[in-house]
Amino acid sequence: MPVQLQAKLIKKEQLKPDIFKFSLSAKKIVDIAKPGQFIEIRVTDGLDPFLRRPISIYNMDKENGTLEIIFRVQGKGTELLSRKKEEDLVDIIGPLGYGTFKYEGYNNIAVLGGGIGVFPLYELAKNAIKNATVNTYLGFRNKEAVLLEKEFESVSNKLVITTDDGSYKIHGFAINELKKDIESGKIDVIFACGPLPLLKAVQTLAKEKNIPCQISLEEKMGCGLGVCLGCAVEVVTGGYEHVCKQGPVFDSNKVII
Amino acid sequence: MNTEVNFAGIKMKNPVTVASGTYGYGREYSQFFDLSKLGGIITKGTSLKPRDGNKPSRVYETPSGMLNSIGLQNPGVEYFLQYDLPWLKQQDTAIIVNACGSTIEDYVEVCKILNNSDIDGVELNLSCPNVKAGCLAFGTTYEGVKEVTSKVRKVLDKPLIVKLTPNVTDITIPAKAAEDAGADGVSLINTLLGMSININTRRPYLANNTGGLSGPAIRPVAVRMVYQVSQAINIPILGMGGIVNGNDAIEFMLAGASAVSIGAGNFIDPYTSVNTVKGIEEYMEKYNIEKIEDIVGKVEMN
Repeated sequence: MPVQLQAKLIKKEQLKPDIFKFSLSAKKIVDIAKPGQFIEIRVTDGLDPFLRRPISIYNMDKENGTLEIIFRVQGKGTELLSRKKEEDLVDIIGPLGYGTFKYEGYNNIAVLGGGIGVFPLYELAKNAIKNATVNTYLGFRNKEAVLLEKEFESVSNKLVITTDDGSYKIHGFAINELKKDIESGKIDVIFACGPLPLLKAVQTLAKEKNIPCQISLEEKMGCGLGVCLGCAVEVVTGGYEHVCKQGPVFDSNKVII
Repeated sequence: MNTEVNFAGIKMKNPVTVASGTYGYGREYSQFFDLSKLGGIITKGTSLKPRDGNKPSRVYETPSGMLNSIGLQNPGVEYFLQYDLPWLKQQDTAIIVNACGSTIEDYVEVCKILNNSDIDGVELNLSCPNVKAGCLAFGTTYEGVKEVTSKVRKVLDKPLIVKLTPNVTDITIPAKAAEDAGADGVSLINTLLGMSININTRRPYLANNTGGLSGPAIRPVAVRMVYQVSQAINIPILGMGGIVNGNDAIEFMLAGASAVSIGAGNFIDPYTSVNTVKGIEEYMEKYNIEKIEDIVGKVEMN
């Protein structure tokens, strides 16, 4: 059950010129949140920007009741959010989304992320590696865009980093590296988040190889609670489901993206 | 202090309701507080058969507001009666069902079914700007509103509220039609038709190109229209359009609304509706107002 609270910003880090990491004290949310879920942040006490910003949970410390988010400054809302200072209170609602990463029962897990889509995969990998082998494949545009390499290394049995231009580690797309490991029979399930072309490619790959695949989706959101029906995703059975309600994580065979 | 209102024959413990399409059927917000604190809940637009709604993107944020083009996605009236109404009935708040349709026959059928249910009233949606058939096709003319409302009136004994569109030259004309056709009240305003364009792709942000604008950006338009309608008809008004606190609600009531609805304001804070109730009480205390009904229409024009 989601709650609204004023979370203290305990620690603020700037990972890149436009990418920030916040550590927020939010015990009531952390106590019940699962990998894949997100929070909604009100970035101003005023009325513009009007809507909350949905941001995925990157990491949780269940003992201390803190959660971490990482976000890129993309517009006015995230820009205002990035101006918050340590000790400030941040108005958040969470945890949101009933569709979480379902990793229990799998032994050989593949985690596939692209660009800023890698953030919600960390908490997943961190939990999954307790009982499974986790192979992580992260793709970035170039060397400057590479993020969280050490962090993902610590929650993966194998970490593959690719860059589109070959300026760092493997030249090419992360999904091609994943494909090789699928073909050698090392993967039971795929969890993915990233830009739409990556999600489409992994959806096709999973179908071809007949491997279960769960993808985390984004769509412009109104309420974040399953009420306004704004963040619609077309499903193969006809009609729509919603990122904030049945998602953000969907079975890749279920959705039309 | 008495915050009770009798709106169009519906008894409510306070004048604050939540607007159709911004509250689903209530369950999600009940996770935050007891819905009995609200005067009433107006459900998501509900049609005879389930509707899938429009293609995404369906929402887009605008200055102090938002555009939406949901397209009346809903599970249909039978589903509502079976799964949502029994739960809603336990919440101790007035239940008003927003009824929509593509044809006059649809509206009549939905209302026939609702007439035999345990709801408190119907809000007839003649104003959704995001569907191809129905709604605006009837809602923008005197004849259209009168015809649908009259036909529904014949099958509906429960309080009947007609929700009006602001996308007309003179909103008092459809308001008068609703009154002439026997409606017990009107609600206004539905969203204002708008459009936002992505200058990089040169395409509108919404898949449906246009959508309905709501939020505080439209409040002055809504207040003006509530005032105009209050001068033109004798049935009560449910006022809405960008209300986010008690002061906003009072503004609508002074303009002539007997009750109010919180719409997009629910999205920025799940507690906006209950905080609005508190804000109204604070205003009453400050100005020594015994009965909230006493301030309705008490604006003094310059």
